[in-house]
Amino acid sequence: MSDGLAVRLQSVIFLYEDMRMSFDVTIAPGSLTAVMGASGSGKSTLLNLVAGFETPQSGRVLLGGTDLTAASPAERPVSMIFQENNLFAHLTVEQNVGLGRSPALNLSPDDREDIGAALQRVGLAGKEKRLPRELSGGERQRVALARVLVRDRPVLLLDEPFAALGPALKDDMLDLLRALHAEKRMTVLFVTHQPEDAAKVADAVVFLENGRVAATGTAAQFFDGSAPEAFRRYVGGDDEPDPVPKPHSGTCLNPCADLPGSRHNLRSNDMSSFNDHGVMLGLERF
Amino acid sequence: MSGYRYPFAALIALAAITALMGGAFLGLGTEALRNPAGALQAFDPYLFRIARFTVWQALLSTLLSIVPAIFVARALDRHPDFPGRATILRLFALPLALPAIVVALGVLALLGRAGLFAPVLAGLGRGTWPGIYGLSGILVAHVFFNLPMATRLFLQSLDTVPADQWRLASQLGMTPAPVFRLIEWPAMRAVLPGIAGLVFMLCVTSFTIVLTLGGGPRASTLEVAIYQALRFDFDPARAVALTVVQLVLTAVAVALLARLGATMTGEAGISLSRRRAMSTGPAERAVNIAIILAAALFVAGPIVAIIVDGLGADLGRLLSDPAVARATSTSLILAGLSAVISVALAWALSAGRRTLAAARGSAPAGFLERLMDSGAGFVLVVPPIVIGTGWFMLLRQSTDVLALAPVMVVAVNAVMAMPLVLRALRPAYDSAGGRHDRIAAQLGIAGWNRLRLIDWPVMRRPVFTALSFAMALSLGDLGVIALFGSDSVQTLPYLLYSRMGSYRTEDAAGLALLLGTVCLGLTLLADWLGKEQTP
Repeated sequence: MSDGLAVRLQSVIFLYEDMRMSFDVTIAPGSLTAVMGASGSGKSTLLNLVAGFETPQSGRVLLGGTDLTAASPAERPVSMIFQENNLFAHLTVEQNVGLGRSPALNLSPDDREDIGAALQRVGLAGKEKRLPRELSGGERQRVALARVLVRDRPVLLLDEPFAALGPALKDDMLDLLRALHAEKRMTVLFVTHQPEDAAKVADAVVFLENGRVAATGTAAQFFDGSAPEAFRRYVGGDDEPDPVPKPHSGTCLNPCADLPGSRHNLRSNDMSSFNDHGVMLGLERF
Repeated sequence: MSGYRYPFAALIALAAITALMGGAFLGLGTEALRNPAGALQAFDPYLFRIARFTVWQALLSTLLSIVPAIFVARALDRHPDFPGRATILRLFALPLALPAIVVALGVLALLGRAGLFAPVLAGLGRGTWPGIYGLSGILVAHVFFNLPMATRLFLQSLDTVPADQWRLASQLGMTPAPVFRLIEWPAMRAVLPGIAGLVFMLCVTSFTIVLTLGGGPRASTLEVAIYQALRFDFDPARAVALTVVQLVLTAVAVALLARLGATMTGEAGISLSRRRAMSTGPAERAVNIAIILAAALFVAGPIVAIIVDGLGADLGRLLSDPAVARATSTSLILAGLSAVISVALAWALSAGRRTLAAARGSAPAGFLERLMDSGAGFVLVVPPIVIGTGWFMLLRQSTDVLALAPVMVVAVNAVMAMPLVLRALRPAYDSAGGRHDRIAAQLGIAGWNRLRLIDWPVMRRPVFTALSFAMALSLGDLGVIALFGSDSVQTLPYLLYSRMGSYRTEDAAGLALLLGTVCLGLTLLADWLGKEQTP
């Protein structure tokens, strides 16, 4: 199986409209890193630079030590899942997954077997012939995950993939993501607005502010109260020192030690943080 | 974006369009240089009289189309529950689908010397009815085309008035006059310059109507004079002078249009849904119904005349006439080819523009991209007759011009339909691109695979819409073929025109019905394909 590659952005400068973004960051191979930050802080841009949808004005993008700054998206050892439009609406589930194996859809019997296995793994066995419009939003993202499995690339980028899903569905998807990560050990970069999502699955956090990396650290550091001040401001809104409740003492935040069942849930009565996210989502959408 | 490909197809398309335009200008230029004195001498009182008439008939046509359209649109808007309203709106969409030569024949069938109304008109006037030729014939045909189109566009603007304004108006007890002044007129005034500009543009470049209904040099426009200078007087120097004036005229009209923010195509998406109940008094109701019925009869008249006269012709004999069969197959082949080329051009430009837009990211659009975007619409500035004339002059030195009729007809019609095809194609292309570009790039789906697996299944419907639309346009055209046509290469409109000219009226009526039916069928097909989009 593909073990993850280190993802490194070296003195990367990217100009977007009036904003000058600069990234200098290294993501450990095989880690599951949450990329967080306010709207417009450059989270999606960071992922697009790694995926090759954007080319930096200067600096280098290295994957596993190889300079891939000029490589096309398809040449990079990267899969990416977006919030929507991951599937071709006129192709069946099976075909959509199959495109991960062959861009011409020339599939061998072995390929078909792999596709079936991948669909089974994400819980979509029996839905091979469905069209995307016949699936729920969560199921569509599962198809995208199945394609990731079939493509088997060492780096996986997720740009708010579950933001459009309801809370219960999203929890299921996060569990699935963590389980797949535990199996494949690919390097995962996961953009999210929700601290509880990050706390639940991530083992590291990259926090962005105004187009640059403001802080990095382990998830434990970010969520146990010793988070950098900028991050606390972002999460908490006011001067409340510790807006995100600590995980119960003794719980490990590193998903490698975690089984899908054991998680670090936020207390659901933590209204301050929930309200805040409501506002955040509002800004993002409108 | 890395892995970004240069838009070669779009560049080829642009080069082809430029070559067509450039060749025409080259032909005009060399002709002018060959005989500069002759070209200058052609700027005589005759030319200026024709230029004046061209503008005059276009102004009158615009006025006679726009002013009634305001009141027809208002009446239709006032009565959303009017029985048959949806049918009338569909009827108003028909004229634009009909070839001009067919409409000309319909007008003659009603108001010509032997038309249906001739006895009535003779009774009203001084003995015999001379038939509707000259300015009045031109105006009737132009209003037939443009009044319904303008009505639909005005109605669309009235549709955008917020429902709350109507509620407020009825709460305040406004009578029709203040409602018109305070609500309806401001909404229509906003779109008036654009609609008027569009109508003016269509009329100032009108060729077929003037050719068939003008009835002589007293009512000739620049385009018809160019045709006559080339095909009858064989006076290329005069044709160059006329073409230059025509170009200046259209350029000025387009510059005005652009300033007024007009669209270059007259399509209106009107909601047929009932919206509100505005109380109308019995007097106003009667006036409105009279206006609507008068407009509907005016539009239906020529269409009914085409059908009645056409059915009166010996269709069996006509269909077995080898000349008709040959013209039909020539027309279908040429129109089909030009539709395919037109769609290919538009597809290439859409794809090229999107590639360039993706490559530049958030930077402002470059010159090439703008050329592929709105620049494509500027081919409409150069009327088909002008392009045809230029090539006629370029080619006549070296070859038998008339033998090249098929090439010219296909090329000019393809480029002329392209801006309209682009409008049908590009929104679909861009929205599919927005959904698919990144994921396709990621999965390495490119080239033939991308076309086969992704683009074609999604674009099939819009492509067929555009194809049938472009084909209908080319099929009905009598511009280029009038210049290049001969006994050996005849299209249906050309055959129709020559049968009219040799007073075989019954044949002409039958052919008009045939041609009108095919063009209408194609347009309806395009419409249907365009609406039944799967999500």
